[in-house]
Amino acid sequence: MAPPRPPRAAAGGHAGDRLFAAVLTALGGAVLLVVGVVVLELYRVAQPALAKGGLRFLLDRDWDPVLGSFGALPFVYGTLVTSGVALLVAVPVSVGLALFLSEMGPPRLRPIVSFLIETLAAIPSVVYGLWGLFVVVPLLRDHVEPALGRALGFLPLFRGAPIGLGYLAAGLLLAIMILPTISSVTSEVLKTVPSSLREGALALGATRWEAIRLAVLPYARPGILGAVLLGLGRALGETMAVTMVIGNAPEISASLFAPGYSLPAVIANEFAEASGALHLGALAGLALVLFGLALVMNSAARLLVRLVARGGRAAA
Amino acid sequence: MRSLALRRTVNVAVTILCGAMVLVAVIPLGSLLWLVVSHGAAGLNLSFFTSLPTPVGEPGGGVGNAILGTAMLVGLACLVGLPLGIGAGVFLAERGDGPFGRAVRFTAEVFSGVPSIVIGIVAYGLVVVTMHRFSMLAGGLALALLMVPTLARSTEELVRLVPQSLREASLALGVPAWKTSLRVVLRTALGGVVTAVLLAIARAAGETAPLLFTSLNNQYWNVRPDQPTASLTVQIFNYAISPYEDWHQKAWSAALVLLLLVGGLNLLARFALRRSAAGGGHA
Amino acid sequence: MMKTLRLAALLALAALGSARADSLLITGAGATFPFPLYSKWFSDYNKLKPELRFNYQSIGSGGGIQQITARTVDFGASDAPLTDEELAKAPGLQHVPTVLGAVVVTYQAPVADLRLTPETLAALFLGEITRWNDPRLAKDNPGAKLPDVPVTIVHRSDGSGTTAIFTDYLAKVSPAWKSKVGAGKSVKWPAGLGAKGNEGVTGLVKQTPGALGYVELAYATQNKLAMASLKNHDGHFVRPSLAATSAAAAGVDVPPDYRVSITDARGADAYPIASFTYLLVYRDQQDKAKGEALVHFLWWAVHDGQHTAPGLDYAPLPKPVVAQLEKTLASITVQGKPVSLATSR
Repeated sequence: MAPPRPPRAAAGGHAGDRLFAAVLTALGGAVLLVVGVVVLELYRVAQPALAKGGLRFLLDRDWDPVLGSFGALPFVYGTLVTSGVALLVAVPVSVGLALFLSEMGPPRLRPIVSFLIETLAAIPSVVYGLWGLFVVVPLLRDHVEPALGRALGFLPLFRGAPIGLGYLAAGLLLAIMILPTISSVTSEVLKTVPSSLREGALALGATRWEAIRLAVLPYARPGILGAVLLGLGRALGETMAVTMVIGNAPEISASLFAPGYSLPAVIANEFAEASGALHLGALAGLALVLFGLALVMNSAARLLVRLVARGGRAAA
Repeated sequence: MRSLALRRTVNVAVTILCGAMVLVAVIPLGSLLWLVVSHGAAGLNLSFFTSLPTPVGEPGGGVGNAILGTAMLVGLACLVGLPLGIGAGVFLAERGDGPFGRAVRFTAEVFSGVPSIVIGIVAYGLVVVTMHRFSMLAGGLALALLMVPTLARSTEELVRLVPQSLREASLALGVPAWKTSLRVVLRTALGGVVTAVLLAIARAAGETAPLLFTSLNNQYWNVRPDQPTASLTVQIFNYAISPYEDWHQKAWSAALVLLLLVGGLNLLARFALRRSAAGGGHA
Repeated sequence: MMKTLRLAALLALAALGSARADSLLITGAGATFPFPLYSKWFSDYNKLKPELRFNYQSIGSGGGIQQITARTVDFGASDAPLTDEELAKAPGLQHVPTVLGAVVVTYQAPVADLRLTPETLAALFLGEITRWNDPRLAKDNPGAKLPDVPVTIVHRSDGSGTTAIFTDYLAKVSPAWKSKVGAGKSVKWPAGLGAKGNEGVTGLVKQTPGALGYVELAYATQNKLAMASLKNHDGHFVRPSLAATSAAAAGVDVPPDYRVSITDARGADAYPIASFTYLLVYRDQQDKAKGEALVHFLWWAVHDGQHTAPGLDYAPLPKPVVAQLEKTLASITVQGKPVSLATSR
């Protein structure tokens, strides 16, 4: 009797199999093709702007379509500031949430909380924008910003007229929007931490928190960083909600109360009307930058998360 | 070492802090849902679902065309996105272990984080400018492109969950590998794939940015793929930034409709997942 | 299963749609300034000719010009006439003025009947006046009780004809504005918040205490917002109104291509920031059905359509302009042949 053939060999033998394999490979290749087309198209449109000194326009301060100067620094700055605010708020909350979901929370409450957080993730961004415009902005303008100004007005961050619309509003909205991403990935990461570590610490007499602080968190740190990067990636590219509350002013202000602008928001507002290859090119250049940022954030994040998961599997 | 009492207190404090973080996250959710439901419900009636939007100042009117538009856009996106996404996913699971497969997997993973506005630009350049027309097709294509990477990755994971023994059993019975892949492996993973598809549809239905300069908007009914089309999300955006009270009201109502749609799809996805998990138990 | 059902439903709907193939959809995009009137016009015209549907999207004049240049829409709309440079990129594009509108300075502050001189207005938008109780505002408004709150300037974030008209005026009356900012559809604003469309600016002014912005008259009246009186060329403070808008157009010679600025017009009653608003169509239409429908609609708009304009706070076209337009519309061709306007007359 012949020994059983391994599946791979079988796959090569049959005409149907060869066809099936070819179709599958083509479909896989289509993914590469799609991404290639996207990059090429962006590059093609961005070419006129890039030809004028590459990506240096990212550091120029003047965005003035009338004079034909396209410096994207205000947008870069706005994107970084709003994402920074978002991370500052979302990271502690998300890590707390993740600890609740995977370590500290009463087991009966965990699925409910996890369901609520998933709901938060499912809400479309334009609905966040609507809520931000009519709830968060008035709240900031009438209560939060005046109070912050009184208490912390000695810092340039909290000076200026309380308008409501601006970096702070956009940052807070982003914080809520990226919270589900960071907390769910973090809690996944925490779950991959070998339970032997936790049990070891507990056996030595550590409290639950000490076990987490001394054994679990150090181990999970790269994965949590990965989760944060994923959240950051989402914050950098978020368009609608930010456009609706950031104030759309291409300026650089130290105050969080001031109106600003972000990369995706300026693309959304100006792309349909951009006249001239240079304006269009500058906007496509910004899109290319967003694409690149997403690429870096995502690949770094996946790498970090996988690092922890692989370690967990190896130790288990 | 610090006293046991202090350490216990710290432990309790951290536990409470984590609970507080849950509240911090849930309060905005509660506020948002409550406002959408309470503001939105006031404007909901049958004609909101079935009639066209009215010009400013004329009472009544609805978002019927936008609901249809969103359905058609997502439908178009599915026509392109599902075969491509699921197919690429099956490829990754079944033959994705070589360098080519790894490249595809990496690309799909990274591509799933690309901001949707970027895809909108590409669809404008490729479809709108070429066809000399804003169209449902351009919007649908943008949504399809957004669908593919996530769907590919989730399909792969679901297909990989199918026990190797099942595959081997089928092969041992002399079923060709391709039939095994389609009839045994994919069918076993079907419940999960349906879940992934429903989630992808829900996500696509909630997208606004890639539609702004692809499908544009339309105040009439439209079923033709080569014409501009209304969508719930763009309609909500336009209503929200307008100065008119009754349009704000309509924005909330349309947001409620959108949330019901997206929420319904999500619940359906959970249901499909649970059923497939139960089915898996029997197998 | 679900997928098949869904697909079947979609196909059924598509079949349903193609059964109504006798209806024609004409897509246009552009100015938000005349949007309240245009949406009324298109709705009325659809009742008149149910087989025709005009889909008009108010994405801003900049978008309107860009999209008609790229020929992605059947017609464009703009309040600012195209510059020579823009026109060079869209050869054969015809400006068709439809109505006149006024750009008003609207605000959200407890000041009744705010009066502004050109200098103060420029200083406000240059960001030099930051509080409502500024002495310059006090000088323009003797006796008024001005609150000690910050001024929040609201301007457009999109390329806008309304902005072009407003900055064209400021550049005419304020040398400082002319040198620091200049005129155009999207300028580099020295201060303030940006909002999308006349809709967005109106919405923000309405929501934000202390706000001051510029919008088309119809937006301010429909939303019951306060409007400032402006000091005109002849030195009179004029409240924005239809009559004052028409007065601004009264003494102006309209050139053959209709590209004209009527800001800072002479005349005791003339409101200083008024303008024509235009539909943009190609002089030779490529699509027979659409081209004919468009020309007939334009004919209707500059005749019957004018009656609905005052009710929505737009001033009808002066009679000589309508006479001039009749000749222009008659010269528009569809696939090289003139359109018979007999049925429209």
